[in-house]
Amino acid sequence: MAQDDSDRLLSLLADGQDDFVARWIRTVTSSLAGRLTPAEVQQDLTELYRALLVALRQGDTATKGEAFGEVRSLLTELSRNRARQGFSPTETASSLFALKEVLQSALVEAGDLATYARFCRVLDDLGLYTVEVHAKAREEIISAQAEQLLELSTPVVKLWDGIVGVPLVGTLDSARTQVVMEKLLQSLLDQNATHAIVDITGVPSVDTQVAQHLLKTVVAARMMGAECTISGIRPQIAQTIVALGIEFGDITTKATLADALRHALHRIEQNGAAAGIGGTA
Amino acid sequence: MTDRVPILKIGDVLLVSIQVDLEDQMVMDLQEDLSQRIVDTGAHGVVIDISALEIVDSFVGRMLATIAAISRVLGAETVVVGMRPAVAMTLVELGLSLGGVRTALNLEQGIGALRRTRDQGPVGR
Repeated sequence: MAQDDSDRLLSLLADGQDDFVARWIRTVTSSLAGRLTPAEVQQDLTELYRALLVALRQGDTATKGEAFGEVRSLLTELSRNRARQGFSPTETASSLFALKEVLQSALVEAGDLATYARFCRVLDDLGLYTVEVHAKAREEIISAQAEQLLELSTPVVKLWDGIVGVPLVGTLDSARTQVVMEKLLQSLLDQNATHAIVDITGVPSVDTQVAQHLLKTVVAARMMGAECTISGIRPQIAQTIVALGIEFGDITTKATLADALRHALHRIEQNGAAAGIGGTA
Repeated sequence: MTDRVPILKIGDVLLVSIQVDLEDQMVMDLQEDLSQRIVDTGAHGVVIDISALEIVDSFVGRMLATIAAISRVLGAETVVVGMRPAVAMTLVELGLSLGGVRTALNLEQGIGALRRTRDQGPVGR
């Protein structure tokens, strides 16, 4: 019986190949609303149909089996490309499910429900597979972007003996604050620095969240025993800070990095002069 | 009998180096010993070295603040030195800022800071 079923399905699929593929392409093209050219769709689907036919001919309907290797690799590529182009997993899977509709008329009219159901199961499995690949592809994209972001993350530079600077570029979220803080504190230790200047010229906007992160960084540096200055506050940001009611407390803030550096050098000079009498430091 | 934290005298500065995680009894002993030593030696400064501590929680934070307060009453300034980056980050995440406790990067700078304070006269906080 199963043998009969698959034979009938095979012959039907082989006989009606051109017709089915053409209708399938039409359905998919219209559902994608012009975001892919018909030529692209045609190429993908024709190859897929051919591979599907070859797989079914081997008499195996387990989509995880060896017979479906070709189909799976085609779907992987298709799903990956669609993921990169910004299609949703539903759209990719429904492209595949559209084949059901195409075959429905041919099989159901012939009263061959069992065959139809079996074929649907195969397509369902393959549809799930595309969703899986889609998710994986997106994850890869995300992790690649996260890596790029970390590469962009902030260097800590030595500005003078005992003064380190952190030029911040881009928004500060908690993960980035963590990295910045770690690097700053470590370099305070390594360079025996007593002053740190956090320059926020490259930070596009300062809201309460960002201010909170800045404060945390400054407080941590202070607890290590370093004085911390925030510099590079643009006029608009100064206005926003006041409008939001953000309190920087007794943290020194300066308009430019140059001002902050002058302030730090002045402080070091003061301390050095005082220490000169004592004889150390 | 628990261990006691050693208190060393360098010039007119007392050095407390905390090497192990502290328990309640050790903290009580330390406060007692330290206040006694400040009075005995007339020290003007106390340096607490916590560079060996990998974990500083609110308990230790409060202990540091208490010792600083006691010393100040006895006329000695306290500086906490050698805090590790990881410790500083943890404290910030916990929302503790060790308010009222002075800090310095290392022992040398801590002693330098105490000298400056003495030379300039007591600074109001």
